[in-house]
Amino acid sequence: MIVAEQKPLNEIKSMLKGYNKVLAVGCGTCVAVCFAGGKQEVGLLSASLRMSTDLDGEAVNVDEAIVQRQCEKEYNAPLEAELEQYDAILSLGCGVGVQSLAQQFPGKRILPALNTKFMGYPAEHGVWEDRCQGCGNCVLHLTGGVCPVSRCPKSLFNGPCGGSQDGICEVNQEAECAWHVICENQLKLGLFDEMMEVQPAKDWSSARDGGHRRIVREDVRIPDEEKA
Amino acid sequence: MSTDEKVLNADDETFVPEVVAFCCRHCAYSAADLAGGGRMSYSPSIKIVELPCTGRANSLEILHALEKGADGVAVAGCLPGTCHYIRGNTQAKHRVTHVKELLKTIGLEEERTRMINISAAMGAQFVAEFTDFVETVKALGPSPLSGETGNTRTGS
Amino acid sequence: MNMMNFPAFTMPENSDALPISERCDSNLARVLAAGEFAVTGELGPPKGHDPEEVRSKARLLLDCVDAANVTDNQAAVVRMSSIAAGQLMMDEGVEPIIQMTCRDRNRLAMQADLLGAYALGLRNLLCLSGDHQSCGNHPGAKNVHDIDSMQFLRMMKEMRDESRFQCGEEIPGGGPRFLIGGAANPFADPAEWRPYRLAKKAIAGADFVQTQLVYDMDRFREYMKRAVDMGVAEQLKIIAGVGPLKSAGMARVMRDRIPGMSVPDAIIDRMTAAVAGIDTENKPERSAAWRAEGIKICIEQVQEIREIEGVAGVHIMGIEWEEAVRPIADAAGLLPRPVIEA
Ligand code: SF4
Ligand code: SF4
Repeated sequence: MIVAEQKPLNEIKSMLKGYNKVLAVGCGTCVAVCFAGGKQEVGLLSASLRMSTDLDGEAVNVDEAIVQRQCEKEYNAPLEAELEQYDAILSLGCGVGVQSLAQQFPGKRILPALNTKFMGYPAEHGVWEDRCQGCGNCVLHLTGGVCPVSRCPKSLFNGPCGGSQDGICEVNQEAECAWHVICENQLKLGLFDEMMEVQPAKDWSSARDGGHRRIVREDVRIPDEEKA
Repeated sequence: MSTDEKVLNADDETFVPEVVAFCCRHCAYSAADLAGGGRMSYSPSIKIVELPCTGRANSLEILHALEKGADGVAVAGCLPGTCHYIRGNTQAKHRVTHVKELLKTIGLEEERTRMINISAAMGAQFVAEFTDFVETVKALGPSPLSGETGNTRTGS
Repeated sequence: MNMMNFPAFTMPENSDALPISERCDSNLARVLAAGEFAVTGELGPPKGHDPEEVRSKARLLLDCVDAANVTDNQAAVVRMSSIAAGQLMMDEGVEPIIQMTCRDRNRLAMQADLLGAYALGLRNLLCLSGDHQSCGNHPGAKNVHDIDSMQFLRMMKEMRDESRFQCGEEIPGGGPRFLIGGAANPFADPAEWRPYRLAKKAIAGADFVQTQLVYDMDRFREYMKRAVDMGVAEQLKIIAGVGPLKSAGMARVMRDRIPGMSVPDAIIDRMTAAVAGIDTENKPERSAAWRAEGIKICIEQVQEIREIEGVAGVHIMGIEWEEAVRPIADAAGLLPRPVIEA
């Protein structure tokens, strides 16, 4: 899922400067599951903002709303009727959610309350780890099911670097060396030979480096004439 | 009580803080009963909310109570290791700590919330713990959010 | 740590490879090709633009090394470019080995800069992944890692041997004929993987590697034995890294804090004993005693390393202590350096 984390309150407050009436909109999907932008977090952030701005003597009215999936316009549509009364929308969706609101409600100020971090795995309750950077050309079949793009800080493709020690990455004493795990997995799978093959330079054109990324699936597309 | 009144009372040292106590039915709530039955007196302004377990205490409710003008919010659960639901009281402790962090960023004194651990048999302890908390809150003075001004509206 | 069981491996034959001296016309290539025990040094460019700083360091290395590495933003700290510093060194008569990391450049910048370096007359290259920027002075920098060090070696080999850019296009007038080097750490984990990684570097295109500092002679011997058994040492010139310790504290930091370093307790004990009887307040004398012992240990290590099968030379790293290189090379019987006509 997409993993995000709330921006510091002060940063959000400074984004809200000059707005009196704000609607905080959470999302019930990924960011709810990672406790960043669900109903509870919308409540906590909104209350915090109301209390804090009140204490500052510039009380901002913050109302709360939640949509099931902020990244899809159908779910956001019902918000439209209420938007008139708000000076700004504070989105607790991931970056996609924020942008879908911005695209759907042009002319409305949409502010991000979260920092979207990565596509992550809940390693344990309350701990999330980067697992995929959406490089657009998955190599997990070559790397024992461990992503070297997101989990090795140097995005190496040809084995652990000289800083791997006791299974720990040289860059972060808290993190495992992805390539150590890849070695173990490939050995267990009897696929060590693959590790001795020099993996050629990756074609990053499938990643964000390639420019606009878009997927078109004609088979599921709705023809123009059928669109409402 | 309006803020004006409260401030006035504070000045002549008769400010009585409004304190909300989220109490677990298995311990603190019974301890309060015991204290009451034993005619031990404690601050009259403590509003007790009975919970099946402090694991039910939610950060948002603690924060809302403070937003609505409570001068202090305590969460009172069983002694460490004796939760009827195994770790409800530990979770509550984490949440109180989280709310304390939030209060710091909001600009409200973090001492306005506290986790208290107590057993059902500790009537006197209940009184002592809450008296201490009330004293702490009293020393802080009335919550700046307790007035009619500003944002006292509900959020949802 | 569980031991991993790696399958047996033998280096594939590489009979059509050119002899080293024909791959590149550098002094280092000639020394290695002649089977002489090579000596390389290291020069860290300054954190400023004063050419004299490079020149004076180069003079300390003159005639006691066959070539010397010029680091590339070492430890992710911005310094004078390795190519520019390499040119200054060359003017002083010391042959440079240009280090380049995958951290700071993408494949376009790498190829462009290396074409330029070759045009300036630089002939040796060391291809590195690079330390992560988080340990340097620009932790907020975006890192590149477009290709990794293995792919870098392969790219340079293809540029040289096939006159092709990484994209496959032909290089007009032929590719740059660098002597291509890599780094190897015999002491990192998984320990069993290390000889395989060495083999992989040779397969990718390395002509030589320089190793991490060797203090743990037993582990290094084991590693070299694997390299020889696999047939790697035949195809790859392995240059062992050595460096004089400056103090017992430095030795301990290396042992305890630097990932992928192994410093045996015996070495630390020797360094500690070196200052026995010297008043702790007497800093200059303690420092002198430590440095003398550090040099002594280093000389012994060079002598031991020379006896290990498959080792093609030593890389003497005097980290901010370039003065130490000459006495070490001298006492280890490595001077004068051979002069081999092109
Ligand atoms: S290889 Fe690419 S697509 Fe696959 S997990 Fe890693 S970043 Fe994601
Ligand atoms: S230690 Fe492992 S994970 Fe860390 S940079 Fe090196 S190879 Fe990548």
